[in-house]
Amino acid sequence: MISWFNENGPLLFLALLDGTVTAFVLALIALGLSLVFGVMRIVNIAHGEFFMLGAVFSWFAFDLTNDPLWGFLLALVVAPALVGSIAIFSDRFILRKVKYHPESTIVATIGVLYVIQSVTLMVFGPEARAVEAPLYFRIQFPWFGYSGYKLIVAGMSAFCLLGVWVFMKRSKLGLYMRATQQDFEIAKTYGVPTQKIYASVFALGGGLAALAGVLIVPIRQADHLMGLEPLLLSFIVVIIGGLGSIRGTIVAAFIIGISDGIISVFYEPTLAKMLATLFVAMVLVLKPSGLYGEEVV
Amino acid sequence: MSHKEVKSEEQSELNITRRSVLGAGAVIAGTGIVGSQIIDPLAKTAYAAGSDAPIKIGFQAHRTGIGALYGRWYERTTNAAAKYINSIGGIAGRPIEIITEDDGTDPKRGADVVEKLATQHKVDFVFGTLFSHVVMGSAPRAGELKIPYFVVSEGYHVASGALNRYTFQPCITDVRAQISAVSGWLFNNLGKNVTLIYPDYAFGYNHRDYATAAAEKHGGKIVAKIAIPPTESSFTRYFVKIPKNTDVIYHVMVGPGVLTFVRELGEHFGPNHPQLFGFIDSLEGVNISSPGLDFLDGSYFWEAMPRYADGYDTVGSRFYRNAVGVNNSGASRSDSKDVSAYSHMFGCWETLFAIKEAVEQSGYRSKKDYSTLIETVEGFTGFNEGIAHPQGAKVFSGKTHQCYGQQFVSKVGNGKLNVIHKTSIADGMYEPETDYTKQSL
Repeated sequence: MISWFNENGPLLFLALLDGTVTAFVLALIALGLSLVFGVMRIVNIAHGEFFMLGAVFSWFAFDLTNDPLWGFLLALVVAPALVGSIAIFSDRFILRKVKYHPESTIVATIGVLYVIQSVTLMVFGPEARAVEAPLYFRIQFPWFGYSGYKLIVAGMSAFCLLGVWVFMKRSKLGLYMRATQQDFEIAKTYGVPTQKIYASVFALGGGLAALAGVLIVPIRQADHLMGLEPLLLSFIVVIIGGLGSIRGTIVAAFIIGISDGIISVFYEPTLAKMLATLFVAMVLVLKPSGLYGEEVV
Repeated sequence: MSHKEVKSEEQSELNITRRSVLGAGAVIAGTGIVGSQIIDPLAKTAYAAGSDAPIKIGFQAHRTGIGALYGRWYERTTNAAAKYINSIGGIAGRPIEIITEDDGTDPKRGADVVEKLATQHKVDFVFGTLFSHVVMGSAPRAGELKIPYFVVSEGYHVASGALNRYTFQPCITDVRAQISAVSGWLFNNLGKNVTLIYPDYAFGYNHRDYATAAAEKHGGKIVAKIAIPPTESSFTRYFVKIPKNTDVIYHVMVGPGVLTFVRELGEHFGPNHPQLFGFIDSLEGVNISSPGLDFLDGSYFWEAMPRYADGYDTVGSRFYRNAVGVNNSGASRSDSKDVSAYSHMFGCWETLFAIKEAVEQSGYRSKKDYSTLIETVEGFTGFNEGIAHPQGAKVFSGKTHQCYGQQFVSKVGNGKLNVIHKTSIADGMYEPETDYTKQSL
């Protein structure tokens, strides 16, 4: 046992470290998708594109200010706001038009995905563009080095998750959102402005994805196709965690993030992806509502 | 290149043997002429008083999808070449017309695009495909439609015999030749224990297989082979698999994850890292002085055509660089942040000139002359260095439909790539493994 740790300890440490960073970022991206489904009962296929837009806006902010720190701070404010506005626009002129009908909204958000992706390709171009990290340092462990900024990203993601939690539990708007999620008709009867709540939730979901994009872009550059992978991972997380549950989303993000780290390091990264997909299938068969989801009536 | 690869008597009688290659190299060095049947492609020919319809060339472009960056530069280069060819009298007196269709860097759409170009646009030839999986998906359709298909890819698929008699790659070398050419330098100068890191699909497997073969030949050893799925966006977990006795990390990555790959490699190793040897595919379209790439300082890259003008200053390369609108640092002259795919896009320029030569030598007038045209191309033995072939002279094998050319090794320093070694054409040559001329037309 001890000899195993001597030999594999550093690998396990790396797996846990990398897995934790992945988990926090994943939780932040998936949370928006989960909220949107929970409250609005729609599946937003364009969620990954909101993430991509956050990263792309971050590049523009960096290009504009030509300073990593100021660019980052600017992007942190402007990107979620802009993406939130795009989300409100999509809600008002697309989702509301199809009356939030589940099948129609899937098709409609696929359309939104292509529009956002193509416009980005036209404006931003096809290449991956690097954004300098606001704070960059390398942490040297005895066995290997690791990016200090990645740890900052994990910390900021955790802070944002906490912020959303407090917002949902303590604020009036959060109360309205939870009420709408629990029962749309009754909430409406009690005077909750459900139409505005829908728009706010969609904007919040988009804004969170954009925020994740801003945080992640110094690690992995902005490009117009970067939305696909987080979309798939978010679906995995949200299905496992239970649609609409903040706690479920965070727990599932950690299950996926840490297991991905450990399996990737000790076996194969492809195996990690296969097992995650298998896990999703098992959850769908054994507990379709997910770990913390409400039972589907 | 080793004689072990000669598997049958038939192969040992092939035109391109080591000796003939060395001979060809000597001819290039001595007279600057390869082959006897090559006419001067730049000879000015007058349009036949407007009586001739244009030669239509269908350009299968990666405008969208993962190849979009390359696609944009392929398109610019193609248009620049067409403009120049028209300015010197077109092809056999006929103007050239480029008809572009986007294939989304998708093999299925690629096949559809070939069909659309051939049947709806009624083009004379299809040309310009880059990504190997798209070539693999599209070439069979070109073969079925019996339309000459000139690709500008890099995989070993053409020369391997996997495609068909209608598919040619006359002006860009394949991965096998590139590795054969630079591996001797790599193993002799950087170290013997090499870890390979490559994308987990066909293009990467070419690298894995031929680098392994080259290691055996040069007394090197591949200590680890690390395949990375093409959609991966985080790489730290792969680096723990690099053995401690590694002297050289040989990396070839494509797609948007490349910058992350390099940065995380830097974070993982810090200042005490093995030597790095990469294929420039990893950094096509990427500014070497991008944030986080400082780690590459002092590392080595293969280049097919040096991105920085001072690395290869010939009349032809200067003319070409100017014509495609690229500055001395390899970026667009109108936007210095728009870095080109310089080690690949010359293939589009050169291939259009190869088509020009093929048409003019075969007397091609319309689709009924395809057989003559194909046989003419198969009779080519190479191309001269010059404005038509700015990357350098080529030796062409009619049997494999594939060319061979010189390669460059550059070292990163002062935020740029500096050429430190140039291979001969012979360094990259190998025994042909197929003979397309035996297939029926």
